[in-house]
Amino acid sequence: MSLSDIVFLGTALITIMAAVGMVSFKNIVHSALSLVFSFLGVAAIYFQLEAGFLGLVQILVYAGAISVLIIFAIMLVMDREVNETNLSHPKKKYCGGIIALLITLGLGAAIINTVWTPAKGYLPEDKVGAIAELLMGNYVVAFEIAALLLLVAVVGAIILAKGVGQND
Amino acid sequence: MINLTHYLLLGTILFGIGIYGVLAKKNAVAVLMSVELMLNAVNLNFIAINKFVAKSQMIGQLFAIIIIVVAAAEIAVGLALIIAIFRQKKSVNLNDFNLLKW
Repeated sequence: MSLSDIVFLGTALITIMAAVGMVSFKNIVHSALSLVFSFLGVAAIYFQLEAGFLGLVQILVYAGAISVLIIFAIMLVMDREVNETNLSHPKKKYCGGIIALLITLGLGAAIINTVWTPAKGYLPEDKVGAIAELLMGNYVVAFEIAALLLLVAVVGAIILAKGVGQND
Repeated sequence: MINLTHYLLLGTILFGIGIYGVLAKKNAVAVLMSVELMLNAVNLNFIAINKFVAKSQMIGQLFAIIIIVVAAAEIAVGLALIIAIFRQKKSVNLNDFNLLKW
């Protein structure tokens, strides 16, 4: 086992533990912090996959912006004791667990049984430049639509959260 | 030796945990958090496949960026909806969100 294998296994273990903690903590603030750990673990795996730009975007957008948004929303909608805010549904818990387990096992078996032929060649040296050329070249329409979607979504979120016609 | 299979299995496990959270949780914010975890698992698959199968192009990373944008929009609208519903119902329990159910 080389060093990179050990690093991958450690990061994967931390990520999975944090994700399991996210769904099993009873206090939703603890769940949110566990989710941040999981995002950071995924960012570390992006770095191992030679996707440094994506790793930085992951840290900025997920571990930075989205987690702050989630924690603010939790603070705004907390109405009673915080200790028991993230409970599982008593009956759907088992049903959901079985469905999740079946999907995981099915997908995992499919992945293990598939023969992946690794490609020749190397990733481009200038990765950010390569992404920029794609974004501004062949995929410029997707880029513009994504920008418009983000603008519309954020304006819509402000209107929804503020409430229409309640200027008090 | 770590190869593509291990990365894809990690993505699958994260996706499964996300599915469990979506199906089993009562708190609407926890459901949104689980959806974010599932989107992360999908991004991980895209980037792993980009590195191991389609090396010369960066399309997998491009897809991941677009998914991150959509995820940010989704969480913003979702949390705003939850805050709007909380103002009406004084609850974030999904069992109380039954306005359209009869």
